[in-house]
Amino acid sequence: MAKPRLSTSYPDERGYFGPYGGRFVAETLMGPIEELERAYRKAQKSRQFRRELEQLLKDYCGRPTPLYHARRLSEELGGAQIYLKREDLLHTGAHKINNALGQALLTRRMGKPRVIAETGAGQHGVATATAAALLGLECVVYMGTEDMERQRLNVYRMRLLGAEVVGVDSGSRTLKDAINEALRDWVTNVETTHYILGSVLGPHPFPAMVRDFHSVIGEEARRQLREQTGRWEPDVAIACVGGGSNSIGLFRAFLDSRKVRLIGVEAGGSGGGLGEHAARFEGGSLGVLQGTRTLVLQDQAGQVAPTASVSAGLDYPAIGPEHVFLYERGRIEFTSADDARAVEAFHRLAHTEGILPALETAHAIAEVLELAPRLGRKQIVLVNLSGRGDKDVESVMAWDRRHGEQAAEDQEDPS
Amino acid sequence: MSPPLLGSKKRTPIASALRRAKKGRRAAFIPYITAGDPHLDATPRLVEALEEAGADIVELGVPFSDPMADGPVNQRAAYRALQAGTTLSGILDQLTARRDRIRVPIVLFTYLNPIVAMGVDEFVERAAHAGVAGVLCVDAPPEEIEHDLVAELRRRGIDPIFLLAPTSSRERIKRVAKLASGFVYYVSRLGITGEQAALAPQLISEVKRLRRRVGVPVAVGFGISTAEQVQAVGEVADGVVVGSALVRVVEEGAEAGLSTAEIAERLGARAAELLSNR
Repeated sequence: MAKPRLSTSYPDERGYFGPYGGRFVAETLMGPIEELERAYRKAQKSRQFRRELEQLLKDYCGRPTPLYHARRLSEELGGAQIYLKREDLLHTGAHKINNALGQALLTRRMGKPRVIAETGAGQHGVATATAAALLGLECVVYMGTEDMERQRLNVYRMRLLGAEVVGVDSGSRTLKDAINEALRDWVTNVETTHYILGSVLGPHPFPAMVRDFHSVIGEEARRQLREQTGRWEPDVAIACVGGGSNSIGLFRAFLDSRKVRLIGVEAGGSGGGLGEHAARFEGGSLGVLQGTRTLVLQDQAGQVAPTASVSAGLDYPAIGPEHVFLYERGRIEFTSADDARAVEAFHRLAHTEGILPALETAHAIAEVLELAPRLGRKQIVLVNLSGRGDKDVESVMAWDRRHGEQAAEDQEDPS
Repeated sequence: MSPPLLGSKKRTPIASALRRAKKGRRAAFIPYITAGDPHLDATPRLVEALEEAGADIVELGVPFSDPMADGPVNQRAAYRALQAGTTLSGILDQLTARRDRIRVPIVLFTYLNPIVAMGVDEFVERAAHAGVAGVLCVDAPPEEIEHDLVAELRRRGIDPIFLLAPTSSRERIKRVAKLASGFVYYVSRLGITGEQAALAPQLISEVKRLRRRVGVPVAVGFGISTAEQVQAVGEVADGVVVGSALVRVVEEGAEAGLSTAEIAERLGARAAELLSNR
C-alpha cells in the first residue's frame, strides 16, 4: 500500500492529525459544527463555489500574489537566494483574506446573515469585515483590549468597513481571550451566526478548512518558482507561526517533497520564562484548549499561561494541531525569534528591499537573516511574506523610542 | 483492585439522591458554586450551607483560566478562585479531607484541560478517593472521552454526566443516552451560563420529549435564577440546576469582606429562597 501523503491524508474523519485535533466544545455547538462540516464538504465539491471563490480571489483580492526575488537582501547576506511570497500585497494587506472570503461565501451558502471573528493583530478582523461588507453580512469582531491599544489603526479600519469591534477585557486581554468571547457569542447566536475562525485552530473542521483556503499560497509559489528559477522546490521554506495559518498555507505544497526543509518561527517574546514568550515548542505541553487537543503553554495544574510578544498575531498559547503532528513526524522544524530580533529584521527588510513587513512576518525574516548566510548561493529560501507592516509602524516607533532611550541611558551609566 | 461497578446493581449516590427526590414528589435541587471561591477553605462550609438549605446534589465548578462556556458571573468566580491559588489537585485534597463531613453527592463541573494536565487515570483515582459522585466535562462531548475518561469513571462508580442542548440532533441524543448515568444535564437555552429573566417558551415541551428518550433523569440548568423558574422547571424536570444566581451571593459576600460563616449564611438563605415556591 502507498504511504499516506502528508498533504492530503489528514485529518481523519474525526478531525484528528495523529493524536492531535478533534472537537472539544460544549454540546450546544456540536450540532452546528456538524452542520458546518457538511456544508463545507458540499461546497468543496461544488464547482460553482470554487469558481466564485477563485474569481473573487483574482479580481477582488489580487491573486496570484507575486513571488519576488529579494536580490539586495540575498546579496547582503551573501548566501542563499531569497524569494518572498508577497501575501502582503493581497487586498487588506495579509494572507488572512484567503480564508475570510472562503468562509464568508460558505456562510452565505448556509443562509446565515451574521458573522463573528476574533482578531489579534487585527488582520483577520479586517479581512472578515471586508468579506462581510462585500457579501452584505452583519459582522462583529472580538479583540482583546491590549491588542486594540497596539493595533489601533486596524480597529478603525474594521469600523470603517462597517463591523462592530467589541473589546475583550478578560484574562490576558489578547487573542486567546478574544477567541473565548467569540465562542461565547457563537454558542448564543448559533442559529443566525457563523464564526469565521481565523487560524488553523479550534474544533474540526476549522483546522482543515482554514488550511485548505490558504493552500493557494504554496501552490502559486511552487508554479512561480518554476517559472523564475526552473525549479519546482526551494531548499528551505520559512514562515512565522502564531496559530499556523500562513505557514501551513505555504508548506502544504511541499509537505510531500522531503528534500524541502520547512521551518516555522514562533514568537520568542522577551525571555525564556513561562509567560514571557509564545514559543509552544519551547515549554508547551499536551492540552485541550478552545476546541482542539494540541500543544499548550500552561502551568502544571493545567491553567493556560499568559504569553508575550511584540506581535499581537503570534501572541497565543496554543498552536494548530496539524503543526504538532508534522513536527512529531519530523516534517516541520520549529525555532523562535525574540522581540528584538524581529524588530531588527523589520528594519533590515525595510532598508534593503523597501518593504515593511508585519511584525509577525518579521519573525520569519529574522530566521532568514540567520540561515541564509550559512547556505550556498545556488540554494533557494522561500519565505511567506504573510502581511504588511503599516499596522505596526506605531509599535515599532514606540519600541525604537524605548530602546533608543535605554541605549542612551546605558551609555551614560555603564555600571 | 476493587471489582468493576459497571453493570452492578448498586445504585450510585446520584441515582439515590434523584430517587429520594422523586419519592418526595419534587425535582432534585442542584445548586452550583465554584470551588475555591473566594478561597478553598471556604468551600466545604459553603457546600454544607447548600446541603442544609435542601440541596440534593451539589455541583462544584473547577476554576479554569479560559472558561469559554461561562458567562461573566462564573468567569469572575473562576478568576477569584485561581487568584486564591485553587487547583484541581487542591480541590480533590480538600474533598478527601472532608469526605466524612460532606454527605451530599458532589458533581465536579470542569473543563477538560485540568484533567488532561493531571492525567486521566490519576484524576479518576483521586476523585474516587475523594468521594466525588459525578464528573461533567463541559468542553468534552461523549465521542471524545468515551474510551478513556468515561470508561475510567464508570469503572470507579462515578457517574459521567453529559450535556444535551436544544441543538442536539436525534443521533446525538441517542449517543448520550447510551453512555449517560446519574442524570443528563439539559442546557435550557443556547448560550453560556448566567441568569436570565425569562425561560425559553419551548423549554417545557423539550424537556418532556427528552425525558422519554434518554432513560435517565433529566436535570435542567443554564439561566435558572428565580424561585418561580425553579418551580416551573421542577414541574417537568427531574432536577433543577441553579448556578450564577448563587455564585453572585458568594461574590457579593467576598467583595463586602464578609467571613466564610457570613457568606455561608447568605448562600443558604438564598438557596432556601429559591426553593420557597416549591
